[in-house]
Amino acid sequence: MQLSGLSSGTLYDKVWDLHRVTELPGGSTQLFVGLHLIHEVTSPQAFAALRDKGLSVRCPERTVATVDHIVPTTSQSRPFADPLAEEMLSTLECNCADHGITLHGIGSGRQGIVHVIAPELGLTQPGMTVACGDSHTSTHGAFGAIAFGIGTSQVRDVLASQSLAMSKLKVRRIKVNGRLADGVSAKDLILHVIRTLGVKGGVGFAYEFAGPAVEALSMEERMTLCNMAIEGGARCGYVNPDQVTFDYLNGRAGVPSGAAWDRAVTWWRSLVSDPDAVVDDEVVFDAASIAPTVTWGITPGQGLGIDECVPGLEQLEPGERPIAEEAYRYMDLQPGTAIAGVPVDVCFIGSCTNGRLSDLRAAAAVALGRHVAVGIKAFVVPGSEQVAKAAEAEGLDRVFLDAGFEWREPGCSMCLAMNSDRLEGRQISASSSNRNFKGRQGSASGRTLLMSPAMVAAAAVHGQVIDVRTLSLQVTV
Amino acid sequence: MSSFPSGPVKQVVGRTLVIRGEDIDTDRIIPARFLKCVSFDALGDQVFADDRRECKGEHPFDQERFQGASILVVNGNFGCGSSREHAPQALMRWGIRAVVGVSFAEIFHGNCLALGIPCATAPAAEVESIQQRVMEAPHLSWSLDLELERLTSEDQQWGIAVDEGPRQMLLNGRWDATSQLLAHGSEIQKLMQGLPYIDGFSNS
Ligand code: SF4
Repeated sequence: MQLSGLSSGTLYDKVWDLHRVTELPGGSTQLFVGLHLIHEVTSPQAFAALRDKGLSVRCPERTVATVDHIVPTTSQSRPFADPLAEEMLSTLECNCADHGITLHGIGSGRQGIVHVIAPELGLTQPGMTVACGDSHTSTHGAFGAIAFGIGTSQVRDVLASQSLAMSKLKVRRIKVNGRLADGVSAKDLILHVIRTLGVKGGVGFAYEFAGPAVEALSMEERMTLCNMAIEGGARCGYVNPDQVTFDYLNGRAGVPSGAAWDRAVTWWRSLVSDPDAVVDDEVVFDAASIAPTVTWGITPGQGLGIDECVPGLEQLEPGERPIAEEAYRYMDLQPGTAIAGVPVDVCFIGSCTNGRLSDLRAAAAVALGRHVAVGIKAFVVPGSEQVAKAAEAEGLDRVFLDAGFEWREPGCSMCLAMNSDRLEGRQISASSSNRNFKGRQGSASGRTLLMSPAMVAAAAVHGQVIDVRTLSLQVTV
Repeated sequence: MSSFPSGPVKQVVGRTLVIRGEDIDTDRIIPARFLKCVSFDALGDQVFADDRRECKGEHPFDQERFQGASILVVNGNFGCGSSREHAPQALMRWGIRAVVGVSFAEIFHGNCLALGIPCATAPAAEVESIQQRVMEAPHLSWSLDLELERLTSEDQQWGIAVDEGPRQMLLNGRWDATSQLLAHGSEIQKLMQGLPYIDGFSNS
């Protein structure tokens, strides 16, 4: 296998160069897309545009589909109770059948949130370019892929040409020294990073997450980290592949075996950022200083360590004050309010940020032997059918059910509330998802506090935000 | 309403409206429940649906004086969050043909370009003064000129910037990338042969 010709530099530089088809008039680059993921919400208009233009799908074998956003999580029998949801799924089924695209549908054993299934099926691999009509495509960067969200017109372009017109990003290394403390998760780390650098701090950058604290993370934790790069404005985030990456991939369905596996690992290693690679910017964090972090406002950058209070205007940069004022009003949380102790109504564990097996384990460890507080609705939505099956094999579903949580079928659920899982009125949720935007969880006045899955479970059993580190955990789960 | 953009986009002329606020995300521009659709056709009426309901007729998109406007002036990080193209589609179907602001989220920016809608930037203070001018005199006609990178109302003008790549693509009508991408089929073929994962690392 040819390994020469690789440019030196960051992984981002190398992968970009390997996938650069040509420079387009106007200055953008035509970039080849190695893996294209589609789902029911952002693809139907792209297929319709292909039909209008008389175009076919160039590489149907490089596109993989699933259904996640609109699926109900109670009963998934067809036809769905919601006729619009049914129409979206059947449109996807027809489009995939017409163009020879693999669809991992409900009951296939492989369905789930697109950013959960592609890694678990071994479709996402180091050194690939990954595109999907979904902003959280940044998740796949956890494998050392260059992965980014695209709009529907670009989905059409990828279907037609397996490529995209893109402009190269700068690279900011987010170096995290030390180690996360017990009870502090990758979710807390990324909420802390976004809180520090701001929701627009990453615009124009790819975030390279590096340093001992990142290297110590499992693949699932790295996915949580990269998943939310976009919430910091960075269209992609990535971690250089290492033994943790290879151990996760080895043996998965889409991954080569035998001599081909060895060749793959050699190639993957060659893509890692060179020690002397020049990055455009570097920001250093100290992992040990990060506490469980919870958002109080209406952007993911409005985060607080669990011991902190909602900031007053005078503590904020002038540019951040108007949105803070909007957040005080919308959230009905005043400056000086301690985030610990804020009462919640609904607790949601799931999403492409925190709907994987290790997330459910962390939440179950809190739920075990406890019970959801009176008047609180709490539910767990596994990220995929595989996650659900693995969790059930470990008895996690029983732990949750015994503790008074609902155990649901896989999908996006109340992360964006396109099914019937939604907040009502001014309800406030503790949520393991990624966005606390106004109206995000299905009620125009509903409110969201983002936190780790263990923190959501702790909030569920106490009926209010609480530091999970103050709870003793039984270790039998 | 003028027809959707096609061909070279050199100028956008029309009245202007203002949406104030930092970090306005695409969930606000078009709430998720309106994404349950297999075509974009109905989105124009649904743009900013929840904000508009909350404002009870006083939202800029409902105010009489802004009806028929085609240039939208916003603040920083407009269009952050979800990649949904439904957001620029909804704006376009309402009548927007250009957006001016301090900064834009990247995916939103790319989605606008794919529809032939320029996203022009200006420093925060300039954007403020543009917004003020619009509020004072909403009846004025404005012109956003991509060649000169200038925004002009009857008696005043401001310098604006459009990223060079997108600017060229808009000016020469090549913002609809599909045909250009399709022109390089053989290069793609060659590139694929050099990528070891394409055939599952089967070649040594
Ligand atoms: S879980 Fe939420 S963020 Fe993730 S893909 Fe689904 S809707 Fe998007």
